[in-house]
Amino acid sequence: MQAGRYSTYALLALVLIFPLLDRNNSHIDFLVNAGAFILLALGLNIVVGFAGLLDLGYAAFFAIGSYSYAMLASAQFGLHVPFWVMLFFAASIAALFGILLGAPTLRLRGDYLAIVTLGFGEIVPQTFLNLGQWTNGPNGIGSLDRPSAPGLLLGAPDWKLHLFGLNDATPYYYVTLALIALGVLLASNLQNSRLGRAWMAIREDELAARHVGINTTVTKLSAFALGASFSGLAGVVYSAKLNLVSPDEFQFSVSILVLSMLVLGGMGNIWGVIVGSFLLSFVNGFLLPQSTNLAHAVGLNLDFTNYRFFLYGAILVGMMLFRPEGLIPSRQRRAELRVALADAGVAAQEQAEYEGPPRT
Amino acid sequence: MDIFFQQLVNGLSLGGIYALIALGYTMVYGIIELINFAHGDVYTLGTFFSLAILLGLGVSGEVHGFALVWVVLLTMLGAMLLCGVTGVLIERLAYRRLRNAPRLAPLITAIGMSFILENAMQLWRGPTPIAFPAVIPNPSLHVGGVEIAAKQILVIVLAVVMMAGLQLFIYRTKMGKAMRATAQDREAAQLMGIDINTTIAMTFLIGSALAGAAGFVSGVYYQSTWFFNGFEAGLKAFTAAVLGGIGNVAGAMLGGFLIGLVEAFATQFIPQGAQWTNVVVFSVLVLVLVFRPSGLLGEALPEKV
Repeated sequence: MQAGRYSTYALLALVLIFPLLDRNNSHIDFLVNAGAFILLALGLNIVVGFAGLLDLGYAAFFAIGSYSYAMLASAQFGLHVPFWVMLFFAASIAALFGILLGAPTLRLRGDYLAIVTLGFGEIVPQTFLNLGQWTNGPNGIGSLDRPSAPGLLLGAPDWKLHLFGLNDATPYYYVTLALIALGVLLASNLQNSRLGRAWMAIREDELAARHVGINTTVTKLSAFALGASFSGLAGVVYSAKLNLVSPDEFQFSVSILVLSMLVLGGMGNIWGVIVGSFLLSFVNGFLLPQSTNLAHAVGLNLDFTNYRFFLYGAILVGMMLFRPEGLIPSRQRRAELRVALADAGVAAQEQAEYEGPPRT
Repeated sequence: MDIFFQQLVNGLSLGGIYALIALGYTMVYGIIELINFAHGDVYTLGTFFSLAILLGLGVSGEVHGFALVWVVLLTMLGAMLLCGVTGVLIERLAYRRLRNAPRLAPLITAIGMSFILENAMQLWRGPTPIAFPAVIPNPSLHVGGVEIAAKQILVIVLAVVMMAGLQLFIYRTKMGKAMRATAQDREAAQLMGIDINTTIAMTFLIGSALAGAAGFVSGVYYQSTWFFNGFEAGLKAFTAAVLGGIGNVAGAMLGGFLIGLVEAFATQFIPQGAQWTNVVVFSVLVLVLVFRPSGLLGEALPEKV
């Protein structure tokens, strides 16, 4: 136990000073992207992991967060809302849309809910694409404002420190890290709150939950809203660093990528989700391109990045078949997922007993 | 008015393709209550298989005379067989083990299978659209100002014939009866001596074979295909299945034609319609699921507890 705690501290310390140790900007840049996806995974975990509502269009909220920043903090409309305000603002806008798009799904059962969210996931980016006069259509919105240090917020532009350079991802790294810490704190507190228990009750048996007096409408909508707000944050950081927002960043495969992260790490478990998310980002953004380079270097004409969809698919199928609770399972979730199989076993046993001993 | 009738014809032939795909969704959902997300990709696979067979036969353009019948039959039946087998394999690999698991588990593996199939097709024929030979010569029929192509007639007729055949199969054969029984109550059916695994495999075989037929027809119709086709077409066909009433064969047909018409008319009559087509179709999907999840011909089923 002691050793475990020390290694946790060591890992935390490493995460904190990593940009000082590794001065390779592309590595830091990769970590910021991975961090944005951890935020997305934490948010989707509230909806899918805690409340058990399978959202297949989560990228829509990522798009809403990103486009909020792009439209309100760039030359697009001449509005230059500061980054720090936008973090809060985009999270609120995304949460609002979480409620708006969640409301129609309230009465639906699991699989239809999944398809309706998928429908929204297709409609939202397509709408951004089509509203060319506001969003520049397929070209997207570029030259977004870079965040300035909080001096500007205090009303003194002269104090503005140029921390957020175009070619330095380190400040974004710390912003993302802070947001993840905030997210973990929020999610773990929610999980153990009255609301969190209500989510789990709904996930396990909605009918029973309603009968013990849980307001399922409010409970489900709050899951959608809180889950979406995380992707609002992720959208702001991600697009501010990328300095560009375009509609093809939010395809269905993004929603499924985040879902794969959850399935891999363990739905419902915050640490599992973080590990799953990081692992998949690492494979995706680092391992596949690097092994492709390696293959090319030794003269093999192989492009491993072409196998991305295969990877997501294999994770979804393989994990659901052989380890549905994920790599780092939440204890409760595992019990639920295993219970169906156990039920089948019990039924078989009962039947055997019913048939009784062989007659003579 | 001509434009209206022209879009009517276009919509019906589009709808014929959706209807053929929707039949597979509706059969599988009817029997194991699973949205077989990979079904749209089995349909694309049908186009890919057809293309491979046509290339094997040395067909690269229009075929005339008696040879046309043979080429069409051989290609379509070949694609149907290959797709049918693929469907059965998918069920065996990814769904059977999860038959008693929570509902969402097989839906997640279905999405996984869809991604695997898409990736496989991308590796097979590359990430860009591929040309498909015309095969069917195209004398068009002119009725007033409306132009009806031979292949449009083929699509519509084929869809109706297949649906009629399926309806006969389900209501007149022993296997069809077994399917209906399994759909109603799997355990009771099993106790009556029905082999559940074979029946479900058969459902996947037929549904996927129909998707294979749709794949062939769509190849001929659009003369091009793409590994990612199945995602959109699959969603639209699923919309069609739900619109008609999921689990209902005639409903899938009706839904398919309706979605085809919605798409054709939206493209024509909404300003910049082509851009908004998908938004319209997906909005229909959302509205139907939310307000009439039992569809037009389906009965409202209570959720099985």
